[in-house]
Formats: sequence, structure tokens, C-alpha cells
Amino acid sequence: MTRLDDVLAATRAEGRAALVGYLPAGFPTVDGAVEAMTAMVRGGVAVVEVGLPYSDPLMDGPTIQQAVEVALVNKTSIGDVVTTVREVAATGAPTLLMTYWNPIERHGPRRLADELAAAGCAAVITPDLTPDEAGTEPSDWLGITDATGLGRIFLVAPSSTDERLRMTAAHCRGFVYAASTMGVTGTRGEVGDTAEALVKRVRAVTDIPVCVGLGVSNGSQAAQVASFADGVIVGSAFVRALLDASTPKDGCRAVESLAAELAEGVRVGRR
Amino acid sequence: MSTPDGSGHFGPYGGRFVPEALMAALDQLTAAFEKARTDEAFQAELAGLLSSYTGRPSPLTEARRFAEHAGGVRVLLKREDLNHTGSHKINNVLGQALLTREMGKTRVIAETGAGQHGVATATACALLGLECVVYMGEHDTKRQALNVARMKLLGAEVVPVTAGSRTLKDAINEAMRDWVTNVDTTHYLLGTVAGPHPFPVMVRDFHRVIGDEARAQVLDLTGRLPDAVTACVGGGSNAIGIFTAFLGDEGVRLYGFEAGGDGVETGRHAATITGGSPGVLHGARSYLLQDEMGQTIESHSISAGLDYPGVGPEHAHLHDTGRATYLPVTDAEAMDAFALLCRTEGIIPAIESAHALAGTLTVGRELARQRPDAIVLVNLSGRGDKDVDTAAKWFEVVTDEELVQSATAVVDDAPQQASGEGW
Repeated sequence: MTRLDDVLAATRAEGRAALVGYLPAGFPTVDGAVEAMTAMVRGGVAVVEVGLPYSDPLMDGPTIQQAVEVALVNKTSIGDVVTTVREVAATGAPTLLMTYWNPIERHGPRRLADELAAAGCAAVITPDLTPDEAGTEPSDWLGITDATGLGRIFLVAPSSTDERLRMTAAHCRGFVYAASTMGVTGTRGEVGDTAEALVKRVRAVTDIPVCVGLGVSNGSQAAQVASFADGVIVGSAFVRALLDASTPKDGCRAVESLAAELAEGVRVGRR
Repeated sequence: MSTPDGSGHFGPYGGRFVPEALMAALDQLTAAFEKARTDEAFQAELAGLLSSYTGRPSPLTEARRFAEHAGGVRVLLKREDLNHTGSHKINNVLGQALLTREMGKTRVIAETGAGQHGVATATACALLGLECVVYMGEHDTKRQALNVARMKLLGAEVVPVTAGSRTLKDAINEAMRDWVTNVDTTHYLLGTVAGPHPFPVMVRDFHRVIGDEARAQVLDLTGRLPDAVTACVGGGSNAIGIFTAFLGDEGVRLYGFEAGGDGVETGRHAATITGGSPGVLHGARSYLLQDEMGQTIESHSISAGLDYPGVGPEHAHLHDTGRATYLPVTDAEAMDAFALLCRTEGIIPAIESAHALAGTLTVGRELARQRPDAIVLVNLSGRGDKDVDTAAKWFEVVTDEELVQSATAVVDDAPQQASGEGW
């Protein structure tokens, strides 16, 4: 059992969902991102996703793109990202890395897995790597994560066939990331029925926790998703809070209070 | 040697590095494509369009005066520039547009760099009554304004992309985002042999008519196979289209000419295989221009159609196995060859194709030393009408000031309906 497993098991036992918060490393600065992620944890985020800034984020909408462009202009390095993971993991919250595949391949999958494991990273979420490619050379992400004990989280989508849901869930270590709707990251007015139907289909094929991402931005949406999922993942809304703040300090305050609102949501939602 | 495995891998290249949300659509597309490959009605309809609409077979033109500058070898031009819409791109879009209809989808999205693929897509959509949205980097909409106007005339919506470097790679990102959101109704009509499986295989198959025709035409004209086949390579669709028929002909050398921009050594280029390294971009593993962290590096080329930091996975494999040779051609070399073809043959080539012509001059001179009667087959992939502004400026045929005056005059003279909705 990893720290991530413990947190998700504990929230499940309490009959509620865990709040998972995403922010990209290096935005607004490397240190500023660590402070904002720490503020998220203070506000009530149970699990932190650290985003690795990438030049071609084709799963991300305009809000996250905007933040990531700042991080890239700042020349945020893989070393900076690993340091960010280490410092956030030190808060005690299970810390995950969310990254597109190419930076992993370029750095060396084995080398990055070792560095992340040493930094206390619980798992890696790969939005453009499915188990199909993860199992083949030269990626071999399945073999490498098995060897290092690093968790690996793949995505499922409303369009996934039952066969692919089963296959994908079988390869996840930590939780299954269920995309609530067809689309890219960003806040949405509604995140309801499609996500619930997908979670039901995933639960039919696996016992491991299912966390729902894409579109959740406020407490009532969090409560709604928490009523059927093990975790509620929020990204763009936190990024938006930082983007809209006039100073980094205000940004951290806004992130902390959004985290508190969402944490309240995931507590009232469950069953 | 170049048949991929069942999941679209050419050696270590290709595959599918995409969000899970797109997997079902890619499976659906693969199934539709596999069915169409052997479906007589589909093949007959496509063949009918290629002959009655596109104007195939495209002719083979011997470029005798041009060849004098290529060491005196015989230079044969495969005239894809004479296709409807002015380039090879129409071959693929007709095939994919028919597949869109077969899949019951009503909306098509596409990316475009030079605008050739966008124009071809808008054309096929108009023909088949499909809704069409074309993503184009804002930077490219400015350097290819004429093609933007063409697409709009054909009823397409052109969306300028302002993210990242505002060129082709960012247009592809935006098209992918649209696709993942609207995949139920929408087909992404990718314009080159890159992207996730099945695109590299499917686009190759729709373009292999170029090489199939050319191989027979060369045999017919000369009684033998060519010694070398040359093509420009951006994403690599026209090159794969002409190479495929010759892959099994061991004596035929295959050359892909990449956009060397200001020179590979300057870092300002789009020579992905020459100056790049293996990695993953836009859904497949191949060569790409990237920094030490795996971030895509912006490419540079005078040719918008070659200005792309990636390349199709089959080219990566053909390079690694040594079956094809990839060499850079600078902007200046390409423009010299552009001028030479204009003056010696009365053909204005696309600047993309001028890269193949420049490479042909070098290859021809080398071959001539071994075999004076050598034959080089060149894929003249597109015509240069769209590039007249760029070329006129490059050669200082007109000044910037004159171009501005001319554009101003056009605007001043424009009829009422030339602005606003409908243009």
C-alpha cells in the first residue's frame, strides 16, 4: 500500500471522495508553484497533481495552455519539476506527476522513474500514453513502473469500449482517471450524467478507485461528482485562480479558499 | 519492409500516442479504411473521382532544359501540380472525405500549413456536402492569404490559431482538441503521413497512386526504371506517395529533401531527420525537432508546407534502415531551383517542390559521373501560384512597397460583398 492507496482507502471508508488538485510546475515561477500547491493542501486538497509543462499539450484547454506557456518561457526544467514534486510531497499529501509522454521518453523513462521515486512521487498520469504503447519497447513504461514501484495512472473516456475499460483499469496502479466528458481540460457548466455512467462502467470491471477529472470548478460540482466517484480532480479552476490574481500572494490565497470550497463539496457529496 | 505491424508500428516508429478518448474513433477509422481497401464500390467511386474530377493520371513531363543543369541526366517530372487544387493533396482528401461519409459523419476538420491541404479539404467537402473547418496557424494565414480566401470561397470556416508558434504544429494541436471534443460527428482529415495509426498507412495508400502511375509512365517512356526518385519532405505525404511503388526496386535510390531553412547548422530549419532525434509528437513516434527536455523546437522554412518540426513515422523507418536518403536543402538553394524551373521549363513550382528540384540538381550531377544516361524521377508535388508573392519578394521582382500598394488597390476596388459574411 502506498500513501496514495492509503488516502483513497481512508476517504472511501469514510464514505466520501478525495479532492485531487492540479497545478503546473513553474507557474508563475518554480517557487511560486510550490507555494500555490502547498496552499492547495492547506485548503483541503488530499492529493496533488504536478503538471510537467510541455510545448504541445493537446489534451489541455486555453487556461492550462496559458499557464504552461509561462512555465516554458521561464525555462522550467525536468529538474525543477522533480524538485517541485519533492517539496510538495514533503507536505504529506500524496503527490503525482501529470505529463505528456515525450518529455519522459527524452529524459529516459527509467531515469525519470528513479528520480521521481526518490523524490517521493506516488504515481505518474500520462494523458497521451495508453497501456497499448506503455507495454512496448522503447517505452516499456509498464516494466519500469513495476520495477520502481511508481504508480501509473491511465485515462478512460466516455468513448472507451468495455474491453478497453477492462484492459486500461487492469494496468492502472493507484487509481483510474475517468475523463468526465469528451473534450479537453477547462471549466464547464455541467459535469454530470456522462461521468456517472462512465464511473459505473469502470466499477463493473475493477475494484481500484476511480477519480473523475475535466470540468469541475466549484463546490457544488465537486459534491455532485463526489456522490459517485472516489476522487474529484480539479485543474483549470485552480490555474484560473492563479491567473486572475494580481499578486502571487493573492493567488495562493485564492487557491487555498477554492480548495476549501471544493473540499467541503467532496465531503457532502458522498452517498 | 515498410508494412507496419497491426497497430501501426514501422520498427520503433508510429503507433498511437493519443488520449484514450480518441482510441474508439481511431479504431472506427481503421475499420472503415480496411473495409474500403477491398470494397469494390468504394474503390470504383474513388477511381472515378480521381480521373473525372482530379484529372488523373497526372502527366510525366521530361524537363530537358532543366536537366542540362543536373549533369545532363534525364529528369522526369511527375506533374502533381496539374491536379485539381494544384497539388498532390487532393488524392488523400478525396479518399478520406469518402470515408467520412461511409462512417456517417457530417463534419470535417483539417489542419493546414501552406494552405494546400486546407484548400483540397475544403474542395472535397464542398463536393460531398460536408461541413468543413480548417485550423491554420495565424502566421501561415498571413503568408498564404490567397489560400485562406480560396478555402472561404469553397465554404470552409478558417480558424487562425494563435497558440505557440502559430504555425502548422499548433494548427494540428488545435485540430486534435476539436476532434476529441466533437469526435461523434467529426472526422479529422489529417493531411500528411504523420499522426496516430491508421493515418500514416491510410494517407500513404491514398497517395501511392502517384508512384504507381509514375513507375508505369517511366517504364513506358524509357523502357526501364529510374535510377533515383526525389521528393520534398515536410510531413512526407508526397514523398511516401511516390516512394511506395519503388520500395521493392532495389536499384532505385530514394531521396527525400527536407527544408534546410537558413542552413541546418544555424538551427533555423525544418530538417527533422537531418537535424532532429526520435521522440513522440502529434500521436506517433518519429523524428522531431526537440530540445533536451523533449519540448518541440519551432521549425523555420521559406516554405509554409514544409515548416513542420515532425515527419511521418515511415520516413523515420526508411531513414534508419537506409532504404531512403534524407538531405537538407536551404531556402536559397530551393529558390534558385524554383527560378531555374520557371526559366527553363515554363513551370512555376510550389516552393515545397522546389526543394525536390534543388536536390535533383545535386543528385543528377552525382549520378551523371557514374552513368551519363541516368534517369531521375522528381515528384513535382504542387504548383507555385500561391507562392508568387513570396518568390517575387525573394527575387526582388517587386518591392514590399509595390506589394502593399497593389494590395491596397485591391482593397479599395473591392465590391461590397467582398467583406464580411460569405467571403
